[in-house]
Amino acid sequence: MLTTSVEMRGIVKKFGTVTASDQVDFSANAGEIHALLGENGAGKSTVMSMLSGVYRADEGEIFIHGKTAKIRSPKDAAVLGVGMVFQNFRLVQSLTAAENIVLGEKSSFWRGGGYIKRKYQEIEELAKRYGLAFPADRPIWQLSVGEQQRVEIVKTLYRGADIIILDEPTSVLTPGEAEQLFHTLRVMRQAGKTVIMTTHKLKEVMAATDRISIMRKGKMIATLATADTDELELARLMVGREVTIKRRERETAGGEALLTVKNLEVFADHGRKALDNLSLSVCKGEIVGVAGVAGNGQKELAEVLTGLRAWKKGGIIFDGNTVKLASVRGAIDAGISHVPENRMKSGLAGRLGSVDNLLFKSYRSTDHSTYGFLKTGKNRSWSQELVQRFDVKTPGLDTPVQQLSGGNQQKLLFAREVSHRPKLMVAVHPTQGLDVGATAGVHELLMELRGSGSGVLLISEDLDELLQLSDRILVMYGGAIIGEKTHEEADRETLGMLMAGVRSREGDAV
Amino acid sequence: MSLENRSNAAVSRPAPPGKSVWRMSYRLEYDSSRARSPWWTPILSVVLALVLCAIFIAANGMSPITVYERMFRGAFGTAYGFTETMVKAIPLLLCGLGIAVAYRISVWNIGAEGQLTVGAMAATAVTIYCPGLSSFWSILLMLLLGIAAGALWGLMTAVPRTHFGVNELITSLMLNYVALLALDYVVFGPWKDPKGFNFPGSPMFTAAQSLPVLGSTRLHIGLVFGLVAVLIYFLMIRFTRWGYELKLMGANPAAARYAGIHIKRHIIIVMLISGGLAGVAGMAEVSGVTHKLMQGISPGYGYTAIIVAWLAKLNPLGLILTSVLFGGLIVGGYSVQTIGLPSSISEMLQGSILFFLIAGEMIHRFRIRRSV
Repeated sequence: MLTTSVEMRGIVKKFGTVTASDQVDFSANAGEIHALLGENGAGKSTVMSMLSGVYRADEGEIFIHGKTAKIRSPKDAAVLGVGMVFQNFRLVQSLTAAENIVLGEKSSFWRGGGYIKRKYQEIEELAKRYGLAFPADRPIWQLSVGEQQRVEIVKTLYRGADIIILDEPTSVLTPGEAEQLFHTLRVMRQAGKTVIMTTHKLKEVMAATDRISIMRKGKMIATLATADTDELELARLMVGREVTIKRRERETAGGEALLTVKNLEVFADHGRKALDNLSLSVCKGEIVGVAGVAGNGQKELAEVLTGLRAWKKGGIIFDGNTVKLASVRGAIDAGISHVPENRMKSGLAGRLGSVDNLLFKSYRSTDHSTYGFLKTGKNRSWSQELVQRFDVKTPGLDTPVQQLSGGNQQKLLFAREVSHRPKLMVAVHPTQGLDVGATAGVHELLMELRGSGSGVLLISEDLDELLQLSDRILVMYGGAIIGEKTHEEADRETLGMLMAGVRSREGDAV
Repeated sequence: MSLENRSNAAVSRPAPPGKSVWRMSYRLEYDSSRARSPWWTPILSVVLALVLCAIFIAANGMSPITVYERMFRGAFGTAYGFTETMVKAIPLLLCGLGIAVAYRISVWNIGAEGQLTVGAMAATAVTIYCPGLSSFWSILLMLLLGIAAGALWGLMTAVPRTHFGVNELITSLMLNYVALLALDYVVFGPWKDPKGFNFPGSPMFTAAQSLPVLGSTRLHIGLVFGLVAVLIYFLMIRFTRWGYELKLMGANPAAARYAGIHIKRHIIIVMLISGGLAGVAGMAEVSGVTHKLMQGISPGYGYTAIIVAWLAKLNPLGLILTSVLFGGLIVGGYSVQTIGLPSSISEMLQGSILFFLIAGEMIHRFRIRRSV
């Protein structure tokens, strides 16, 4: 009944000494939604990149519709009908959605006035057929992330792809948007297309797919029909060991107030109001989770608290003192730690080694320098000790940290942020891009901080993480806190609704 | 499949049986994670530049070996040649050091030429307006004013960058012309030597206004300024908090901001130092070599120093080597004139070195892989 549209046999890909894909066999059928499941770094994206021509396999064969295919570039892949929607979108920010979609089309040299109009029509028709709504005539930078993704999908469809690969498509979407995406995928399946999506989210896989291939550490572990399996089995196959998803047991928090933010008003870079009359508080020994869809002011909130951004109105009281002005040094000296959203962008200096990266926040203190001179030897042994204590796997203290794995980079960052015993930890997406093992390690560290009486403000998009760790969960929407749930009363549904901006009213469900 | 026949697909499609189509069996792969080129790229660049220029020399009917040998002997073979090489190396070292400091934090100062020029002018101003000072005081004052003028010129690049977001490449380059025109003005106008037969140029400096030289050579004490500056720079970069902050800013400015480093303040400080060092070079040039201010006080030292700094990969000790090498190139260029080649051969070599150096920065990120 089903025909095999993609078949990959014995695919090997090495990056230096790392084997990202080790004799991988993979096949997908026309008219199915196939998930490629695995932890971060399992090799899912690598395998899909070889199918879409971004990388070339060192060994192995690829068959498309039963024929041997030599895919040497994305262009070859496109000719064969393979299109990929990348995790980081490849769109020109200043062009409109429609212009992005027709970009690179060579069909006509002369494009009269009617050309783009016809294209708009064509694109809108295509978009409507697959349930992908976006304003085609607006420049990309004005579109939301979800809309941008739809543009990417339409782009691949427009180019005639019948094998569509989506790399971690839901990582940037709200629960509602993800649901909409799955609807689109089902329409594509109906149309006989092959849909392959890589992900590490078990719930989505169960909800939206027909078959699941599981990868672990560069190897293909199993391919199962979704109907024959369950989350627990998948989790076991994915990580190779049982991981329990459950809330952490805890004693009730309730120290004295550590951080009080009152009626904060903050403007973002382009004059947009990012925080609007926002108030919150964090107590000692408490983890306060902040849920919300990206772009609702979480980034600015973290920046204000860590001194990176000034505020317009409102007040911040930290540890009994009123904070008067935004100062990074002031925040560091007051004992506020920060695990930034993008560790390689601002958290670490990739070119430098572990010692330099560990010294970031503390090099000014007398423990690490005197009279302007660094205590080189002492800093080295101190770094060595931290690297050991936090189990950072690095070939040497001078190895550039960009060569470490994501998990080890994050451990190094936590080592630095925790080493000077913070009173408050502002952690933004601390487990983004980490595998299950590293995630568990980060969670352990956050719980330890809580146990030692520090406050933690955990800003995350991962509801499971928030539910597991937080004593209280606040939901941010449009620059303000629109809901608060305690550890006991929080659940995915209500939080998801609040994240979408639906204020729950008593007796007014949904 | 009909798609198989499309022309744009045919190029990369495997050859149909029976027909042999030429195919690259190797391909290039871009690896953006390799940010730094290996230590030997500068050496390779110099070698390749020598090979390239050899072709042109041979085309002129000369033996490249003879020419290079003569250049080398002219620059390093005699005591006179060697001291002349060192004389040229002094401004290159000082300017190169200033440039290296700025480039460390990705502030692209290409205004060393102008900073050198205003340094020279400030030093000359001392001789014009305070002629009677003792040797010690006049040299000290010339040095301090030279530094101050160069630093001011650097500041004029730094402040627009930090406070108004103006690209420092443009301001620093433009300020070079401002400085050169100002130099023209003073040597043709107010500071012109009344006894100079109407030639543009300031009066000759007195012995008290000139830097001490080594014996009967032209090698002056500016060399010590340069070496001391290199040593201080080396120690600062290696062992101080300030050096660490610069390293952090150079590696990742966003991370530096996040670590609480005042980026703007650092850019200003670095540009003051960068300009100040070029100012010293200018002061040493007028006071140590020409003994008067005149047009063309610098034959492009400020620009050559960019290559010098780049070739040294901003390494302080490497700077000593590369500035001597380039000093040698200039002097060697003069010595080939006697066998009928223009001295611009040395400029050709300098240009080729920069060419290969920059190409190397790009090329080392590619890897050659065997195709499957």
